[in-house]
Amino acid sequence: MANSTIKRDFWHRFSKNKIAVAGSAVVILLFVVSLLAPWISPYDPGEINLQMVLSPPSGSHLFGTDQLGRDVLSRMIWGSRISLKVGFVATGIAIAIGIILGATAGYYGKWIDGTIMRFVDIMLCFPAFFLILAVIAFLEPSIWNIMIVIGITGWMGITRLVRADFISLKERDYVQAARAIGASDLRIIFIHILPNAMASVLVAATLGVAGAILTESALSFLGIGVQPPTPSWGNILTAGKDNIDIAWWLSLYPGLAILITVLGYNLLGEGIRDSLDPRLKG
Amino acid sequence: MVPLLIGITIICFTVMHLAPGSPTDLQTQMNPRASAEMKERLRSMYDLDKPLHQQYLFWVGKLIVLDLGRSFSPDRRPVADKILERLPITILINVLSMILIIIVAIPIGVLSAVHQDSLFDKITGVFVFVGFSIPTFWLALLLMILLGVNLGWLPISGIRSLNYEYLPPFSAFIDLVKHLILPVFVSAFGGLAGLSRYMRSSMLEVIRQDYITTARSKGLSERVVIYKHALRNALLPIITILGLSIPGLIGGSVIFETIFAIPGMGQLFYMSVMARDYPVIMGILVIGAVLTLLGNLIADVSYALADPRIRVA
Repeated sequence: MANSTIKRDFWHRFSKNKIAVAGSAVVILLFVVSLLAPWISPYDPGEINLQMVLSPPSGSHLFGTDQLGRDVLSRMIWGSRISLKVGFVATGIAIAIGIILGATAGYYGKWIDGTIMRFVDIMLCFPAFFLILAVIAFLEPSIWNIMIVIGITGWMGITRLVRADFISLKERDYVQAARAIGASDLRIIFIHILPNAMASVLVAATLGVAGAILTESALSFLGIGVQPPTPSWGNILTAGKDNIDIAWWLSLYPGLAILITVLGYNLLGEGIRDSLDPRLKG
Repeated sequence: MVPLLIGITIICFTVMHLAPGSPTDLQTQMNPRASAEMKERLRSMYDLDKPLHQQYLFWVGKLIVLDLGRSFSPDRRPVADKILERLPITILINVLSMILIIIVAIPIGVLSAVHQDSLFDKITGVFVFVGFSIPTFWLALLLMILLGVNLGWLPISGIRSLNYEYLPPFSAFIDLVKHLILPVFVSAFGGLAGLSRYMRSSMLEVIRQDYITTARSKGLSERVVIYKHALRNALLPIITILGLSIPGLIGGSVIFETIFAIPGMGQLFYMSVMARDYPVIMGILVIGAVLTLLGNLIADVSYALADPRIRVA
């Protein structure tokens, strides 16, 4: 049962790793907050109260109110759902593309590999943020378009990782054995090789979620992402910038939420990497 | 190089065909922002009534002579002029932040590798994680509130004061520097964290090599071993990393130029996206990619110059 020993070792190292535990705690907390949003947010995130416009943090509004008198804490709690959704869907798209292209390039090699990797090089020439903005300019900004665009501009790193793993794994004896008993290419790729390449994908995916959340918040901050009145951490910060000289709380808290969330995913990714292979620790 | 350039133009061409008015777009009628006149101009500019391969060739033909068409904004100026007049300030800020990244990150990386697991190493480790995770636009907002609004030390928007033209040369220079401090710092911050991390691991790698042991065993001082034998070799991979960080810097210019109201290419791009000024968007997309390609080329050449074992093929 070599497999279960590897898993046990992983969990052992993972639970001893302070970075990994701190990262998981943040990520789990976020899941809980966004799941429980309707029950734990003190106010309706869309409830406008013109008597309470831009009031500073107080007992009734812990994080203050925005330019329409809406409760900032409630909007942040609901905004966590957006971050979670964008992070996972965008990264899911990037991983799907990355695995398919990386596996094809690594497994088949030759001109197929050459073509795909050239395509990767070309995509990497574009400043990612430029490409995302350009595509969004042509579409309408909506949360779905954002997730798709972040996904289709973020698969290149994963393609390179998966390809590298496939090139070394496809020469292994067990792959030769599978081929000898007549397994199809698809079966070899998905059943025999891919599971062994998932470790690096998992790490890249965790870090990818962090990157996607950062990108979404920047887009929403610029007004090209999630559109008001839907609350997102980025678009609360836009209000913060508009009221920069009178309402510091609009700038401070949502940004802190982004920082802690992204930090959580980055720590988790780093923790997974260290626990998968202690030699890589650096 | 050339295949990459062709690839870049093909991708831009594909993005362009998402525009309303193109034959592939069904949303045209639904998009109120695209007026009939705009569609007509798009059609004539990109020869949309011709077959696809001809459209592409015509477009590339114009691109080669830097004919990017005219802007959709009321001024109707040629896109190339609009971009070129805004390019210097963007390049200036990017070069300055690159220099800042290099002079701060390399010493940090070297010191934390040489004193591995020391307090300094641990503190910079935390700084690196925060640097990776902090949204730069939020950092910009906080610094604006703190240094601009509350303390009044630094201006928070534009690149010159209102009375700039009446200032003597030296004060004018100081004025410009004051305006550039925040944007350069903010755009450098993320890269700083990344590069110091890479520098640290590169240095750790080199210190374990046999020739370092040799240098030590023949009695060289630790100073010479670290700064002469180790540092030079550890710097090599950093050149590649710097090249790879160029697209991030250029892309980031959209964010900080918008926040600090700097009249550069990034701000132009943002305004064009908001106004659906398609010719400008396409122009900046191509130029941004070509700049990245140039940056990578410079990195490759400097790598070859720095390491005699590598020669440009």
